[in-house]
Amino acid sequence: MSTGRALHLRGVQKTYVSGDRTVDALAPTDLDVEPGEFVCLLGASGCGKSTLLQLVAGLEPATSGTITVDDTPVEGPSSDRVLLFQDAALFPWLTVEDNVAFGLKHSTRPVDDQRQVARDWIARVHLRGFEGAYVHQLSGGMRQRVALARALATDPSMLLMDEPFGALDALTRDRLHEELESLWAATRKTVLFVTHNVREAVALGDRVLVFSPRPGRIVADVRVTLPRPRALEDVAVMQQAADLMKVLRRALDATTDDSRIEA
Amino acid sequence: MDIHTHTLPAPTTLDTAPPRARDRRLTRLRRSVLAHRIVFFTVLLCAWELVSRVGPWPDYLMPGPLAVGRALVAGLRNGLFVHGASVSLVRLLIGYGLSLVGGVVLGTLLVRYTALRNTVGTLIVGLQALPSVCWLPLAILWFGLNERAIIFVVVMGSLFSVVLGVRDGIANTPPIFVKAARNLGATGVRLYTEVVLPAAFPTILAGLKQGWAFAWRSLMAAELLYFSLSLGNLLQTGRDLNDAAQVMAVMTLIILVGVTFNQLLFAPLERRVAERWGFGTTRA
Repeated sequence: MSTGRALHLRGVQKTYVSGDRTVDALAPTDLDVEPGEFVCLLGASGCGKSTLLQLVAGLEPATSGTITVDDTPVEGPSSDRVLLFQDAALFPWLTVEDNVAFGLKHSTRPVDDQRQVARDWIARVHLRGFEGAYVHQLSGGMRQRVALARALATDPSMLLMDEPFGALDALTRDRLHEELESLWAATRKTVLFVTHNVREAVALGDRVLVFSPRPGRIVADVRVTLPRPRALEDVAVMQQAADLMKVLRRALDATTDDSRIEA
Repeated sequence: MDIHTHTLPAPTTLDTAPPRARDRRLTRLRRSVLAHRIVFFTVLLCAWELVSRVGPWPDYLMPGPLAVGRALVAGLRNGLFVHGASVSLVRLLIGYGLSLVGGVVLGTLLVRYTALRNTVGTLIVGLQALPSVCWLPLAILWFGLNERAIIFVVVMGSLFSVVLGVRDGIANTPPIFVKAARNLGATGVRLYTEVVLPAAFPTILAGLKQGWAFAWRSLMAAELLYFSLSLGNLLQTGRDLNDAAQVMAVMTLIILVGVTFNQLLFAPLERRVAERWGFGTTRA
């Protein structure tokens, strides 16, 4: 199993052009992430967090700057860096097992092995018995579990999570936090986790990067050293979240943007 | 004051009825639907027979279901209906086959090239407003009174539905599926065949089905105006002979052929799509 790799961004910038309008989605950004680090990207909507994830995933090219994973430059999508979407983006025409095996099918792994790996991951996200189910038969939380299994099955070194639990109810979200944390502890993948929820960021991250909008940029880089496992309702987590909220407010006060921040 | 303690429900939301019980429930449902249908059609046929016998119309204009059934059996026995139906079916299969191949190619090209979409795409939407039998006079001028003219009309009837189904299906594929697939390593032809086409399939299928229905209608309309033996032509002969029983028998045959093809070809595909995507199942 491949463990996390280091990520380096140098002067990475993204500008979208539509007609004669240009939007600076991400100002030139430098960032170093250590192998196996869990980094949360926190900020209001439209401050470049998702853009940064798309760039690292290689799904869109950066306007300028370089992204390297260990020493390899990112030049396109790769199943070594898998993006998880808020809408789980599972394929409705495939069963749970075929969804999880999708990335494997497009790899060089032997076919017999693929089934086994897919089933193992389905079991690890607690969905044994649902191998033959279709996506519409699953709840939101189950869908995200399948998406997680589908991503991890290809054994990436990096997980890029774009508000994956944003649409879930609080109880389900709690459970998935725990499961994600323990999977991460077991696999030591590098994780970039986008959220607009301050407590979620503190509960999950080794580091929290605070973003500010227009143009999107990193305005604070906060280390979280609280012992793990952490829960959203831990006093220490809430305390640190409150401190972080102040940083975030200051970042937002610089702009007039309506925030979508959850305390 | 009472304090209640609650236990949280198990975190599964699937239909938890065991499969056997669910099957039994479905079987029961199907049986009651079947019973309703049998009663309805029996009453309908009896009413028709009654109207035919006691109504003021002469038998040769308003035959009852028994007379129509006799005409149907006679037509099938002497081979006239079988021959006519097979001529029509061959035309239908050739015409629809051409539409299918042409429609998939053209639809794909339309998605791929914006310039084509803005020009040919607009033309196609316009041409779809023209009932295909309107092509018949032109087709006869171009090809003469022969098979090619009639197949041309069938193609004109069904091609555009297939094109538009393919175009809309592919164009409306949620980009997130393509992103997720590329991210997991899918590229090139396999991205197309394993993600874009399956994602577009429900819409494409609707286009194929509409194309089939239009092909069938166009063929019948064109054959009514033709002289060689075929289903449409048999309708016309029935009129010429003042034989309403034959006309109705051929109409029944046309319905049977249409329904059979729908049940064999499209119904299973639609059931599959509905089961996978979780669409509400509609059955006719």
